[in-house]
Formats: sequence, C-alpha cells, structure tokens
Amino acid sequence: MSGTVRINYREALRQGLREALLRDDRVFLMGEDVGRYGGSYAVSKGLLEEFGEDRIRDTPLSESAFVGAGIGAALNGMRPIVEVMTVNFSLLALDQIMNNAATLRHMSGGQVNVPIVIRMTTGAGRQLAAQHSHSLEGWYAHIPGLRIVTPATHEDARGMLFTALQDPDPVLIFEHASLLNVEGEIAADPQPVDIDYAAVRRQGTDLSLITYGGSLIKSLQAAAKLAEDGLSCEVIDLRSLRPLDDATFIASIAKTHRALIVDEAWKSGGLSAEISARIMEQAFYELDAPVCRVCGAEVPVPYAKHLEDAAIPQVDGIVAAARNLVK
Amino acid sequence: MNIDRERALGYLHQMTRIRRFEETCAQVYSAGKIRGFLHLYIGEEAVACGVMPELSREDAVLATYREHGHALVRGMPARSIMAEMYGKQEGCCRGHGGSMHLFDSSMRFFGGNAIVAGALPMAVGFGLADRMRHTTRIAACFFGEGAVAEGEFHESANLASLWKLPVLFLCENNLYAMGTSLERSEADTDLCEKARSYRITAASVDGMDVLAVAEAARTAVKHVRAGNGPYFLELKTYRFRAHSMFDPELYRSKTEVESWKHRCPIAAFTARAREAGLIGDAEISAIEADTAREIQDALAYAEAGTLEPVENLCHDVYARERRAAKTGSP
Repeated sequence: MSGTVRINYREALRQGLREALLRDDRVFLMGEDVGRYGGSYAVSKGLLEEFGEDRIRDTPLSESAFVGAGIGAALNGMRPIVEVMTVNFSLLALDQIMNNAATLRHMSGGQVNVPIVIRMTTGAGRQLAAQHSHSLEGWYAHIPGLRIVTPATHEDARGMLFTALQDPDPVLIFEHASLLNVEGEIAADPQPVDIDYAAVRRQGTDLSLITYGGSLIKSLQAAAKLAEDGLSCEVIDLRSLRPLDDATFIASIAKTHRALIVDEAWKSGGLSAEISARIMEQAFYELDAPVCRVCGAEVPVPYAKHLEDAAIPQVDGIVAAARNLVK
Repeated sequence: MNIDRERALGYLHQMTRIRRFEETCAQVYSAGKIRGFLHLYIGEEAVACGVMPELSREDAVLATYREHGHALVRGMPARSIMAEMYGKQEGCCRGHGGSMHLFDSSMRFFGGNAIVAGALPMAVGFGLADRMRHTTRIAACFFGEGAVAEGEFHESANLASLWKLPVLFLCENNLYAMGTSLERSEADTDLCEKARSYRITAASVDGMDVLAVAEAARTAVKHVRAGNGPYFLELKTYRFRAHSMFDPELYRSKTEVESWKHRCPIAAFTARAREAGLIGDAEISAIEADTAREIQDALAYAEAGTLEPVENLCHDVYARERRAAKTGSP
C-alpha cells in the first residue's frame, strides 16, 4: 500500500476525471470552459493539454444542445461526461435530461439506453445570490430513469465518476461548490466505490442525522459538538438520492429511534419530505419522537452574508434541533 | 422522367404504403382501437419517401411525433408499428411509446420524439460520436418548421456547424405549427436564411415532388458524408389532414386545403410516371393489392397481440435494479 495523500475535493474530482479518460477511449468531457479555461471551478485544469481538444471539448453556452449532444453521443456508442457549470444552468437543459435521457429506455421498450454522466456543482454558501445558489438535486431525484449521486467525501469525489460511467443509464453527479477547497486524507491508490448505498459516516446510538452532499460536513461537526454533551449521533451520508438506500437509514433509526434530516434544499415537496415519508411508512413504530428537519429556508437564497447564513442549515441550527429532539 | 422503372415503382409503392397505412390508422382510431394522439402524414409522403433511400442503413434517423411514414420507409415492419399503436407488447416498443414514439434500434431509427425540436440536440450528438469515431455515418433528423422557433434548433444548428458535424437537418415545412402559421410565428419566414446564418449550407425543395426531394436529398447527403459539415434541407409540403385527431382545423380554410390536395404527391407522381411509360394500371393495382395485404396483416397481428403483464410495468426504467440492500458501512 502506498498510504494516504492529502488533497482537496477539487483535486479528487480532477483525478477521477483523468482516471476515466485514461481507462476508456470512449470517454470524453464536454461543457462550458472545461478546456482552455480549465473548468470554471478549475476541476478540469490540465486535461486539455493531456487529452487534446477532441476529448476535452469547450462548448458554446448552449446547455440544451450540449447536454442533448451528450445524450445522442451516448446512444451512439460513446461515454460522454457532460459538465454543466452549475445546477442553476441545468434548468436550460431540463428538456433533454427529463424528456430524453430519463425516458428513452422505457419508452423504447428497452431498446436503447443512455450511458451519459452529467456533472454539476450545486448549493449555496458563497454569497452568489438566488440564481447561483440552488440545491435542485432533490428535484432531479424525483425523475424515474435517472440516477442521482452526491459525493460528499474525497473518496467519493474521486471514485463515483468511474462507477457512474460503467452504468448503462444516465447518472447525474452533484458536487457541492462549498466543498471544492476542503482538504482531506485519501488513499493514494484509488479504490472502486459503489453508487448504490448510503454510508454510516459516524456511529451513534441516540439520534440518526440523515444528510448528503454539502451538509455532511456540517452534520459531522454538529455530531462532534453533541458528543461533548454526551449525545451520541449516528451520521448517515445518503450518497445516492435516487435510488434511495432506505435500508441503511431505517436500520439506523431502529437503533437510535430518532431521526433528524439535514438538507440544504427547501422542505416543501423536497427530498427531506420523501425521506420523512419513507420513515413513516417503514419505521413509524421505531420512533420515540417525530421526525425533525433542518432545511433551507423557503426563500430565494439572498446575497448578504448574514442572510445567506440564515437561509441554509448551519452547525448551530443542527445542534439545537438535535438537542430539542432528544429532550 | 430520369429514373428507371424499378425506382419509379419503389417510390409509388412506398408513398402508397404510407397513405393507406395512415388512412387505416384513422379508421381504427375512430373505432377506438388506437388512442392517445395520432398525427397523420397524409400529404407529406414524398418527403420521407424521397429522402430515406438516399441514406444508408448505418446512418441514424431521428424523427418527430408524425413519424409513421418515416418508420415504414426506413424498413420497420407495419405489424410492429400497428401493434405499438394498439398498445400491445408485440409492438416495436412493447406498447410503451405509442404512435409518437416508434423506435427500432436495429434499423437505427431512434424515435419518435414528441417535444418539438427535442431530437435536434441528440442528432448533433449522434453526429459528434460518428465524427469522433471517424466513421462515414451521418445523422438525419426530421423536424417541422415549428421547431425553427425553438431555442434547441438554434443551439443545435450552431453547434453542428461550429464542430462541422455530419448532421442532416431535414425541415418538413408544412406551414403550420399545429394551428399557428409560419408567418404568424416567424419574423423572417425564410428558413434557409436562418440556417445560413450559422454557416450551414441550405437548400429548399418542393416537398410534394418525390423526385425533386430525392435529388435534393442526394446532394445533401453527399455533402454531409464527405465531411463538409451539416446541411439544412427545407422540404415544402402540406398535411392534408388535421394536426391530430382532436384538431377542428379552425386556423386554415377549406379552399387552401383543397388547393394543396390538387398537388397530391402520389397523384402527381403517378401521372408523370404513367406519361413516361414507367407505370401502368397493372402495376398500380399490384401495388394497391400488395399494400392492402400488408395492412390487413398488420391489423390482424395487432388485434391478435397481447398485453404486457402489469407486473412488468416498471421494467426497463433502469438496466439494473439496485443490488440487494445491505446495511451501510463506514
């Protein structure tokens, strides 16, 4: 074993991309500013020089056309990775994602499949205001035919892409923008990761914190604080939002009998509501207290720092909600 | 008429197949055997019949929700199309798609798209893959003139041209986007001009004349296959029937429809072929009889078809279901 290395999340993503491009010549990357600029978040920096313009393709600002072109290329034998700069812009490609990528296999009676991977950043926390701060991965998780994954750790940031490319169906990868500069220890040798299961990131007995993506770090920090008070939290990283790995969080609740869902997205009609409903359906009699949620405030995310902070889950808010739940 | 007898018979046969097939569809729709939307191609037969023989089996074809004719001429069996419209599992898409979503991957016929302009970005991607793989295949995409108002048309045209991709844009201009006429929706009704603004070679042809369509398509296919980038071909045509079975046709006059019917592509071609001595009564009767047999067979096949078991409802949403649950690991 060559031990571990310390890298940031951005570098983990970049290594995953490079690995995928090296291992399969059907793989190519396309999107806005992925080439010469190096990626708007510098994730694909250096890849143009290494792999050339044919496989690292800068596109015009035409989300619908280049996402649709990825779908067509996938149908025609390639394994495209399409980078949409942020989830906010993916709305301009929603027709292609929803009406084509998600439907074609079933609608064609199983004749065709769309092995495309679409990556995008998501989330708030960088004072970019309402149009650049959406968390819409839960929306996408509403759609049958898509797989939705949310790498929250460095290992997942590096490894999920390759696994997603092996999947015969469309996979959307949501990378939380606030994680990009976060550093972490990671095995120097990349190991394969699955995109099927939730992971227990911290074992505990009193309360299950169920979360994903950018909220995982905050939930782990909250769990550490709560441990100082003698409260033992189990932290579940969902990893895949569709399909949802119910079994893992239900098993956790069977142990802790309390559930707190942390999701940066809005509550109403959101993923947190879906998780809550599944807990009601499958573990109602395990609960010692009502399911609780810490979610984004029901407001377009504002620019001013204090307002933005108030609009999305924070460690203190998670801690307070947890204390309230075990009171 | 500069074609041989075999080719003339081929065009007449294919146009007749579409016409009779569509007439039958309308009848069985009225009888309640087909439901949902049904968009008929009657009047526009020369477009699909003129273009399709110019493509190779390896090329990809993408079409709209008015695609029965394209599917038939591409070589999809009438039975599998009819059974699909009957909602039977013997249909090409097991009854999942219906009239608007005919697929046959063995024919490289990739639908059947019911979002106007929705197939255009995918066609660009087919062309991109062909280009990256250094094949001589091309992607042929049929769409109506209504699609030209969509952003997806403009984004796709630009991208195909920017990357010089082998995409053949086939714009079936039947003058009405459902009920909205071209002059009521486009500030500039010259569609070729829009394509040319993206530096795409463009041409317009009388879509009621199968020979003119074939000749124009030949030029276009040659251009695209030779690696010169995309080509935009406008096919000026007209649908004789309503937009769909629900359309009361309040937006156009009977006189206008009648005047176009005088230009029926099948009648016009038949007259010319007769005059040229390529086709006579015997051949026409043989084609009609053969077509009637084919359609009767398709109907019988669809009637005898079976329903997909409801237990299969959620099959084919994904290639694989998630592996059996395990408890989460750290």
